[in-house]
Amino acid sequence: MKNSETSNEMPVPVNGKSHLGPVIVNDMVIRFANVNGTGSASANNLFAKSIFRMGIPVSPKNIFPSNIQGLPTWYEVRISDKGYLGRREGIDLMVSINPQSMLKDVASVREGGYFIYDNTKPLHSDFFREGIHFLGIPMTRLTMEHFQDPRGRLLYKNIIYVGALTALLNMDEEVVRDIIREQFKKKEKLIPNNLLALELGVKYAREHFDCPLPIRVEKRDYVQNSILVDGNTACGLGAIYAGATVAAWYPITPSTSVVNAFEKYAKRLRATPEGKMKVAVVQAEDELAAIGMVIGASWNGARSFTATSGPGVSLMNEFLGLAYFAEIPAVLIDVQRGGPSTGMPTRTQQSDLILAAYASHGDTKHVLLFPSTPTECFDMTAEAFDLAERLQTPIMVMTDLDLGMNEHMTAPFSWDDKKRYDRGKVLSAEDLDNLKEFGRYLDVDGDGITYRTIPGVHPDKGSFFTRGTSRDEYARYTEEGAPYQRNMDRLVRKWHTAKGLVPKPEFYQHKTESNFGMIFFGTSTYAALEALDLLQAEGHGIDAMRIKSFPFTEEVERFIDDHEIVFVIEQNRDAQMRSLLINELEINPKKLIRILHYDGFPITADTIARQIQKGILVS
Amino acid sequence: MSYQRPVFRHPSLSKNEVGFTRADYEGAISTLCAGCGHDSISGSIAQACYEMSIEPHRLAKLSGIGCSSKTPTYFLGKSHGFNSVHGRMPSVATGALLANKDLIYLGVSGDGDTASIGMGQFVHAVRRNLNMVYIVMNNGCYGLTKGQDSATADAGSINKSGSANPFQAIDLVGLGLELGATFVARSFSGDKTQLVPLIKAAISHPGFALIDVLSPCVTFNNNPGSTKSYDFVRAHMEATATVDFVPEKKEITVDYDEGTSRRLKLHDGSYIQLQKLADNWDPMDRDSALVALNEARAKNEILTGLLYVQPESRNLHGLLNTVDTPLNELKEEDLCPGAATLDSINQGFR
Ligand SMILES: Cc1ncc(C[n+]2csc(CCOP(=O)(O)OP(=O)(O)O)c2C)c(N)n1
Ligand code: SF4
Ligand SMILES: [Mg+2]
Repeated sequence: MKNSETSNEMPVPVNGKSHLGPVIVNDMVIRFANVNGTGSASANNLFAKSIFRMGIPVSPKNIFPSNIQGLPTWYEVRISDKGYLGRREGIDLMVSINPQSMLKDVASVREGGYFIYDNTKPLHSDFFREGIHFLGIPMTRLTMEHFQDPRGRLLYKNIIYVGALTALLNMDEEVVRDIIREQFKKKEKLIPNNLLALELGVKYAREHFDCPLPIRVEKRDYVQNSILVDGNTACGLGAIYAGATVAAWYPITPSTSVVNAFEKYAKRLRATPEGKMKVAVVQAEDELAAIGMVIGASWNGARSFTATSGPGVSLMNEFLGLAYFAEIPAVLIDVQRGGPSTGMPTRTQQSDLILAAYASHGDTKHVLLFPSTPTECFDMTAEAFDLAERLQTPIMVMTDLDLGMNEHMTAPFSWDDKKRYDRGKVLSAEDLDNLKEFGRYLDVDGDGITYRTIPGVHPDKGSFFTRGTSRDEYARYTEEGAPYQRNMDRLVRKWHTAKGLVPKPEFYQHKTESNFGMIFFGTSTYAALEALDLLQAEGHGIDAMRIKSFPFTEEVERFIDDHEIVFVIEQNRDAQMRSLLINELEINPKKLIRILHYDGFPITADTIARQIQKGILVS
Repeated sequence: MSYQRPVFRHPSLSKNEVGFTRADYEGAISTLCAGCGHDSISGSIAQACYEMSIEPHRLAKLSGIGCSSKTPTYFLGKSHGFNSVHGRMPSVATGALLANKDLIYLGVSGDGDTASIGMGQFVHAVRRNLNMVYIVMNNGCYGLTKGQDSATADAGSINKSGSANPFQAIDLVGLGLELGATFVARSFSGDKTQLVPLIKAAISHPGFALIDVLSPCVTFNNNPGSTKSYDFVRAHMEATATVDFVPEKKEITVDYDEGTSRRLKLHDGSYIQLQKLADNWDPMDRDSALVALNEARAKNEILTGLLYVQPESRNLHGLLNTVDTPLNELKEEDLCPGAATLDSINQGFR
């Protein structure tokens, strides 16, 4: 054994040699290597939540396989006093539970980092590596000694390593215990055993290693009133707040938990005392049916939405064109994953932009929103319903797996009780009585948005025929060129109106008079903001803009005009946002430099900073 | 192109209970081929709605794509309509129905629209027991794309281009029975006496009501040898019983012979009156309906009429346990939990 079971004095033995690393507080990446389906998720979550409760900014990420049981899965937690929530390269401490991935896991620890493993059986010499610290904890043995049932043993093993980390990293034990008590509030019987497992880990670490390690955590109050939540939950909750009454969907990773969350909150917030539901959730037979149901419900005056991922959007194309052309509101949450085809179903990407922006045949354009935090997932989902009804068109909220399925530290959700839903231009029976003439597609206000009626509204006024075929201003089928073209041009007018309604971009460092600009959106934001600091430290002050919507507002165009070179950061291979900018704003392509990342893992600040530095040198 | 019908006001046109004349149930002038079976079905739909005194704005018509799916433009011009995409009317109808349970939903589809591209959605609409009338205008071919065989074309039948169809036909009525549809009927576009009461009964039925209506395509599939031609259907039609529909408010006045009639009470209090029953016909026995269907097929006969009905069933809203108020009438106050609740939700994420 390289790590002595009896040694409890610092320095920690490293391959027989003593070594004391520099003390690093609240700045580290910890990775857990587990086996899918062994209950590690809640233990890992317990760890991340404890750090969060200690007031330290934390960013956990699931790196999981497309599998239910047996394959390797990782959980990576970044802890950062500076509030950097993007991924960072280099792993400071690895908790290795999975023999299958151990070789890779050993290799991925940074020089001088720590490797925690189960030493119930001695580690095979193949796994040793110079330059990192091996800390053995007999997790299996401890569970065998203290717990009877086999399933329990598996679960408590996970809690034991959290206990060990609690001691090794100097975490607040009481905080961890509190969270355990909360987690098992509904299964109180399990609390004592979990607390015991935690204590076993704490005790073993304290007795055998000099705690804390040089990398450690300290309490802070940097979290303030933030919450720790995933984007899919936020979208589901946003749809509840926005008054969605019909949700239709087809299961697909990573979007499934959007509707799950919606349903969960609906049961809590939308049930009458008799248990009747003020909501209908339908698991459709496929995505075509899901979007068809959304369109049917919206046409009939209910707020309705679906959630899906790339393959689903591909299937929904024909219907999205219908909704665009027949002008029916619809809300779609696209939790993007790695494409093309089935691609990397459990990895993240921002690669559905072009698919979504121009979904369907013919001249079609769709409004897209790009949230970058769960708070924005909540706000933008709610806003999407207002926009969909105001603009009478599909609105797609473009999130991704990283945002949707990982918890993020984010500002608390907020709602203004004074604000009313914007139901758009819908005529009531009274309106119809006061109206000289009704033409469903008459541009009365000149903004390209026409008045609609909901079926059943009036005994003999306001009915019309909704169709995907060309029609005149009175919704009558026509194959005449002129009315067709008038209609297509009006849709362009509506598109321009949309530019004034969608969220405007956000600027960072706009006071720097740099020739260089940087554009990013969605989950690239965390890493991009960190990269700005890295570049600043290197003497490169760069102006930055975060795009929040498509169509691009005036400000986007101006920002690009104001800079000589603009780096466009995105998580796809083909620089799709860049293509949209070039296409829509007629920008000289030479001006827009691609900063890309598309291996399926969330983008890191280092990747961005490296590529931009190279870009600056070249120009 | 759709052409609006010139409005004639004939003083003697009699009004129904809700004050509408038969003409109020018509739509734009049809652009289908003269003699197309679909137009006759449109007429029967209008007639049924007029006779039932349905307020046109309380009915929504939905369709897919095809000659058949164009027909909603040609009836009930005062109703909202939705001509969706090919084969996907069931999902649009599902959404519409979820939004407002109080309207009457009438779906019109073709055999291509239902039995090929839209088969998946059709099957699931049945399975969810949508409270809607689903009429298939079945001509055994794709009319709008010029006469290709559809999935309901009989094996061996000769299509417009002269070749024989090598594939087995899908029988939508048999399928509907298998899938558990709660109202299954077949009729013929040329038989208004049978079709109008069937449509009325289907509208009264509180679940999924399928009517497969044989509807000859005069342009592409009215050839000798086609089982969907006028001549063939007229010669081989075998009715289970003569159907009559008696609305809730009217007492039955027609005389009927006890031994040969049957009265079926529907959910809303109206009746379906089946007269001159074929031997051992029980419209509430799914298995015997299937047997009869198969026997007729073996004899090269087309069985028409109300083949099966299950008057009481839970439709989609019942299955989802939604509130009585239509979802599209719920107000912001009913739907939005408000800021204070959100604060407590936030607390759970700390
Ligand atoms: C996605 C798609 N594919 C193909 C078509 C072309 N198309 C229009 S109608 C039709 C067949 C219609 O047949 P059916 O439903 O039987 O209607 P009919 O015209 O016979 O009444 C087809 C294939 C289409 N409109 N959309
Ligand atoms: S092609 Fe056939 S189905 Fe179409 S309108 Fe003509 S007759 Fe009717
Ligand atoms: Mg057909």
